[in-house]
Amino acid sequence: MAIIKTKNLTKKFKDLLAVDTVNLEIKQGECFGLLGPNGAGKTSLIRMITAVSPPTKGDIWVQGNNLRTHSRQVKAILGVVPQLDNLDEDLTVFQNLMTFARYFSIHKNEAYRRSMEILSLFELQNKCNSHIRELSWGMKRRLLLARGLINMPKIMVLDEPTIGLDPQTKYLVWHKLTDLKSQGVTQLLCTQNMEEASILRNRVAIMHQGKILSLDTPQELISRYVGNEVWEIGLNSEERDRTVEELERRGLDFEDVGGKIHVFHIEAEESISGLVSSQGRLRQRPATLEDVFFRLTGRSLAE
Amino acid sequence: MKFPSWHFIRVWQRNRDVFFRLWHSEAPGFVAEPIIILVAMGLGLGAYIGLVDGQQYIEFIAPGIIASYAMFSATFECTYGSFVRMEYQKTYDAIIATPLSIEDVTAGEIFWGATRSFMTGTIILVIAAAFQLVPSLWALAIPALAFLEGIMFASIAILFTSIVPAIYSFNYYFTLFITPMFFFSGVFFPLSSFPEIVQTLSWIAPLTPVVHLTRALISGDFHLDLLWALALIIVLSALFFCVSLVTMRRRLII
Repeated sequence: MAIIKTKNLTKKFKDLLAVDTVNLEIKQGECFGLLGPNGAGKTSLIRMITAVSPPTKGDIWVQGNNLRTHSRQVKAILGVVPQLDNLDEDLTVFQNLMTFARYFSIHKNEAYRRSMEILSLFELQNKCNSHIRELSWGMKRRLLLARGLINMPKIMVLDEPTIGLDPQTKYLVWHKLTDLKSQGVTQLLCTQNMEEASILRNRVAIMHQGKILSLDTPQELISRYVGNEVWEIGLNSEERDRTVEELERRGLDFEDVGGKIHVFHIEAEESISGLVSSQGRLRQRPATLEDVFFRLTGRSLAE
Repeated sequence: MKFPSWHFIRVWQRNRDVFFRLWHSEAPGFVAEPIIILVAMGLGLGAYIGLVDGQQYIEFIAPGIIASYAMFSATFECTYGSFVRMEYQKTYDAIIATPLSIEDVTAGEIFWGATRSFMTGTIILVIAAAFQLVPSLWALAIPALAFLEGIMFASIAILFTSIVPAIYSFNYYFTLFITPMFFFSGVFFPLSSFPEIVQTLSWIAPLTPVVHLTRALISGDFHLDLLWALALIIVLSALFFCVSLVTMRRRLII
């Protein structure tokens, strides 16, 4: 059953079409990744789904409730982790959680219990009485996640939750998100981190210029758009034209990425042999979601 | 137009908690300063002035000081205070991602601003009473009036906050609106000392009816015009409250 459903969802800012007729169905309990370059419309889409920005056109239903009429009820079951830090700087770490719990009308005793619990979950228990400005970036990100859990949400909406984190913190966050998934919490995650998307996500939608270009499991996207392996050919300039000609003649799917050529959808090694004089210039590696991303959204800067 | 729900109290509670954590940094402005003005102007300058409308000068200015400092409290809270929360700390963005609506946030800010006016008005009233400047028991109604006044000035301030591009714009608000009101609303001298045209104009300033009402409550000397003053305050409060709900939604919900 779809826990989040959008129909012809569109957001327009003056002359910019940020989100263009998006139809999405996110299933109960799944981790859904939203991938796209900067300015693709991911944040605009998320802001509409979290009921803080009204759609220009189209509708959103969360658990069957239309957001236009039931935004308060819907927001009560969402846990939102924003991209930018909007922790309450006038309050301590602990007060941030208690005050947030109060916005959800959670009783004081219960709020206290939950705050303590999620602070230790994110290893912040020693920072209870610290001021927000005393926290490092990594601690702030952890606190933002902790805050998003205060109402025990059915749906977590995360906008780039691991941006700028060191590997230790990043893995801690991934680990917690995996835990949440096993508890049945639906997750909608915006990210530009391909590793994150492939590790955590059941399904991934690739978004570009306001539209969803493709939507499937990471594995399915990879085999559809690039095949399971990518062959990289390192080239010098005199070999380049000849190799491109040869690739075209063999009818292979390739992309010139500047200094290197990526060849996709190679089923058998023979089809690529003899392409270059020295075998050392040929390298085989597993295909990643990043390859799919480049194929779908191009290599030029979007903004 | 959408209206706030009872959830606005959550925003009020948040501001209250912050205030009582940091009250010592706010107290001098709203307690010490009015006492200094009362003593310096009332006793110092007052020694040269003699009686105003049959009163000692310090008696004459005490009600005006209560009304204007109550105005300042709500005004600072809902201009600089609200702007910092909205633009720099992104507090509003965080709150509207919870079950609270932007109207709840706006109303919470306005009612908190009004609470600040109430606190300031009450404290200065007590101090004025200690100086034996409060002869009438009607003065017990002054905290309620200060609260209503606070709703009016907080709403006007929030309206301005919701349309300014940058924090520097508040200079205009203070130099062109608040400060002139402080001087031309009958706080320091009776409006009758001005030419007819200035007297009429000063009734446009929302502080004028508050000063008149406060003065009447302190002296116990009522007349019919005061009903108009009260009606004016109520109408302006309701009007600016509603307008600020709309403009704040326009600013934040994009």
